[in-house]
Amino acid sequence: MSLFATMDVAGMSLDAQSTRLNTIASNLANANVVKSSEAEVYRARYPVFAAAMSAVRGEGGGVRVERILQSELPALREFVPGHPLADDEGYIYRPDINQVDEMANMMAASRSYQNSIQAMETTKQLALRTLTLGR
Amino acid sequence: MSFTDRIFDGSSQALNLRAQRTQLLATNIANADTPGFKARDMDFGAAMRREMGALASDVRRTDGRHLALSSLRHGAAAAQYRQPLQPRADGNTVDLQREQVAFMDNAIRYQASLSFLDSRIKSVRNALRGE
Repeated sequence: MSLFATMDVAGMSLDAQSTRLNTIASNLANANVVKSSEAEVYRARYPVFAAAMSAVRGEGGGVRVERILQSELPALREFVPGHPLADDEGYIYRPDINQVDEMANMMAASRSYQNSIQAMETTKQLALRTLTLGR
Repeated sequence: MSFTDRIFDGSSQALNLRAQRTQLLATNIANADTPGFKARDMDFGAAMRREMGALASDVRRTDGRHLALSSLRHGAAAAQYRQPLQPRADGNTVDLQREQVAFMDNAIRYQASLSFLDSRIKSVRNALRGE
């Protein structure tokens, strides 16, 4: 029955969006982690979504996380000689993560999550009503 | 046209198509953030006409064990790409508000088809009981 396939589609969307929320949480949590060299600095992670197509022509598929990209932005270098993690020249390194961007991304992700839950809820009601057909 | 097809007069076909459309629209909503995704929808009227045409033009069966042609033609309706209102720079053409409206509209119409089917079943039941 297509209604169960619809539940799967909404479920895949929840998976993808929760992965996205997870990466955002990780980016925000590590935004202020200071390191003493460029190589050790945390790189922001972003999931790349791809449509998962159904084998049946004309049917919808779903969505999946194709891969998780790491930010290519160079770390921010600050001159703080007194810092315990400062390198020999007195620099510390922190990731270049824009917290406002991350928050906006988080809001978009949670809206998408809610949309999928709503689609699932509606589908559930339709399926339940179909079960009581002819009672 | 078989007996049950005559009683239910396309309601079951309508339900099937509605369920298919629900899945298409759910896919659009799920892919609202997928780069390059093209939103798809079906022309419900055309799909329904095709189904009903398939019902009406069923071949004559000379043996009770033959399969009805309409039961074989039961394929997925062709999905078409939606004309985007505001396509995004990454090639995604899902307009979330339109998809939400279409999804809700589709759900209500599914329930309407269910109600029709339900009342048909009730009338057949009453007729059988002969009260």
